[in-house]
Amino acid sequence: MQLHYQSQAVAKPYFIAAIALFVGQILFGLILGLQYVIGDFLFPAIPFNVARMVHTNLLIVWLLFGFMGAAYYLVPEETETELHSPLLAHVLFWIFLIAGALTVVGYLAVPYATLAEMTGNDILQTMGREFLEQPLPTKLGIVVVALAFLYNIGMTILKGRKTAISMILLMGLVGLAVLFLFAFYNPSNLVKDKYFWWWVVHLWVEGVWELILGAILGFVLLKITGVDREVIEKWLYVIITLTLVSGIIGTGHHYYWIGTPGYWQWWGSIFSALEPIPFFAMTVFCFNMVNRRRRQHPNKAATLWALGTGVMAFLGAGVWGFLHTLAPINYYTHGSQITAAHGHMAFYGAYAMVVMTIISYAMPILRGREANPERAQVLEMWSFWLMTVSMVFITLFLTAAGILQVWLQRVIPNPQAFMQVQDQLALFYWMRWLSGIVFFIGLVVYIYSFFTKDKLQTVEVGTVQPAAT
Amino acid sequence: MSAFFTKSMARNVFYGGTLFSVLLFLALTFHTNQRISRRIPTETPSPEVARGKHLWETRNCVGCHTILGEGAYFAPELGNVYKRRGPAFIKVWIQAQPTKVPGRRQMPQFHFTDQQLDDLVAFLKWTSEIDTENWPPNIEG
Repeated sequence: MQLHYQSQAVAKPYFIAAIALFVGQILFGLILGLQYVIGDFLFPAIPFNVARMVHTNLLIVWLLFGFMGAAYYLVPEETETELHSPLLAHVLFWIFLIAGALTVVGYLAVPYATLAEMTGNDILQTMGREFLEQPLPTKLGIVVVALAFLYNIGMTILKGRKTAISMILLMGLVGLAVLFLFAFYNPSNLVKDKYFWWWVVHLWVEGVWELILGAILGFVLLKITGVDREVIEKWLYVIITLTLVSGIIGTGHHYYWIGTPGYWQWWGSIFSALEPIPFFAMTVFCFNMVNRRRRQHPNKAATLWALGTGVMAFLGAGVWGFLHTLAPINYYTHGSQITAAHGHMAFYGAYAMVVMTIISYAMPILRGREANPERAQVLEMWSFWLMTVSMVFITLFLTAAGILQVWLQRVIPNPQAFMQVQDQLALFYWMRWLSGIVFFIGLVVYIYSFFTKDKLQTVEVGTVQPAAT
Repeated sequence: MSAFFTKSMARNVFYGGTLFSVLLFLALTFHTNQRISRRIPTETPSPEVARGKHLWETRNCVGCHTILGEGAYFAPELGNVYKRRGPAFIKVWIQAQPTKVPGRRQMPQFHFTDQQLDDLVAFLKWTSEIDTENWPPNIEG
């Protein structure tokens, strides 16, 4: 099978880099999981805070690689024209990869304070805030790459067919770039710092990223089910309307206890209680489209990833988000292992899985075939189940730890100190770590599936049975 | 969702709904930013507090601790640590790290000067006096 447009091929290195960085993310996750129970593991070589930065930053970077790869793959096909500049896409790939690698090396090689000094943090203080730990040059690099990427994608859309899928993707990507600019605003007033920090973090993952998610999912469903574009795009608009109407004011669920006025407890609770609805609509959308399919696409693994995204995004972001989003509940659960549980399943279910959905669909075509051989697909589906089920268990164990933590530290009449409580959660942390090992095995199987070929059907000479008479 | 609800209607609802949400959010943001100054101990954080926040950031404290419930969940909440432990304890504790107790979670040694310790404490004191709607539920954070 040929690519419709030759320039779609630039997506391939992006997908490969995404998977490679994903492996790094999980390895550091395993280090962190172990540090929760063996406190001095790898100390002082890799302190917890360093490993966590690497874990979360690699997550963000590999998802961005996945989103960019997805855009380079689907925009030419949607717009029915070659990419504006494949060369620019290649150059940006290397810039982004090298900048990302240097950043991680910086985290690991020198103390963070030294890194801040070396990289001009005193010129503009942006470092040391959760998820936005990157040195100033990296942050500026992200802006440059994002702008050049948007230029490339924008010019392609401008000269080609403008479908709802590509426009929604573009809106999501523009939003991603614009909101990242708030990473440069860091006032010495902690409350204002936190207020606008959420404009990057929340408005990314519960706002514009969901547009990107919807567009990618819509594209893959369109291709594998053959359902009418009008139907799919109408669904998409409904889903992203629900997303932004609930999610934008839903930012308020982060403004309960950080020094912002009490009325946010009402705004945040009411609107974020609606946030599961778009995710539920997405689940229904995925199953509905697959049930109404007009063709049997040979790539069964991609279909599984698409359906899995619909279900797991709803569970992780929708259900586990709702679990602690109402202000009276959040008063007790805020900043506990409940938050960690939600974070893990939401990021995996919505964003990791949608990137694996587009990789699963596009990678075989980028490698010259409509779908992978049967054996490769079976292995890929095994990896789907290993990773997804172990992520469910990671989430359940963290939830159990969180409930116990909240109870011992915040609910009972004689509350216990943080570390005293942590010691009592060790069993759950161990089980979470073992689930993490299974997740890693799933990831190894996933990568192995890319190198799997079908067994050749061999017939030995001389053993041919005579035809029955 | 058949003929009576078309794609272009869905698109218009999307643009309208999004615009409405953005405007409402901006209005609430404007109002909130007017109010924040009444909910913090000093309208402009003093130079000590600002320096303390800078130390907090460049040592990546948030990579292990939470502050007002945000950060990592590996080490204690520090938004109210000033009230829980007091200034003297905080300084001694930071200077005594790492404890090197086998198997226990370790905090790095940052070699702060006395001035830096004072700045950090000033920042933690300022933070502990923010009106957080009575969060956390008790002193343990």
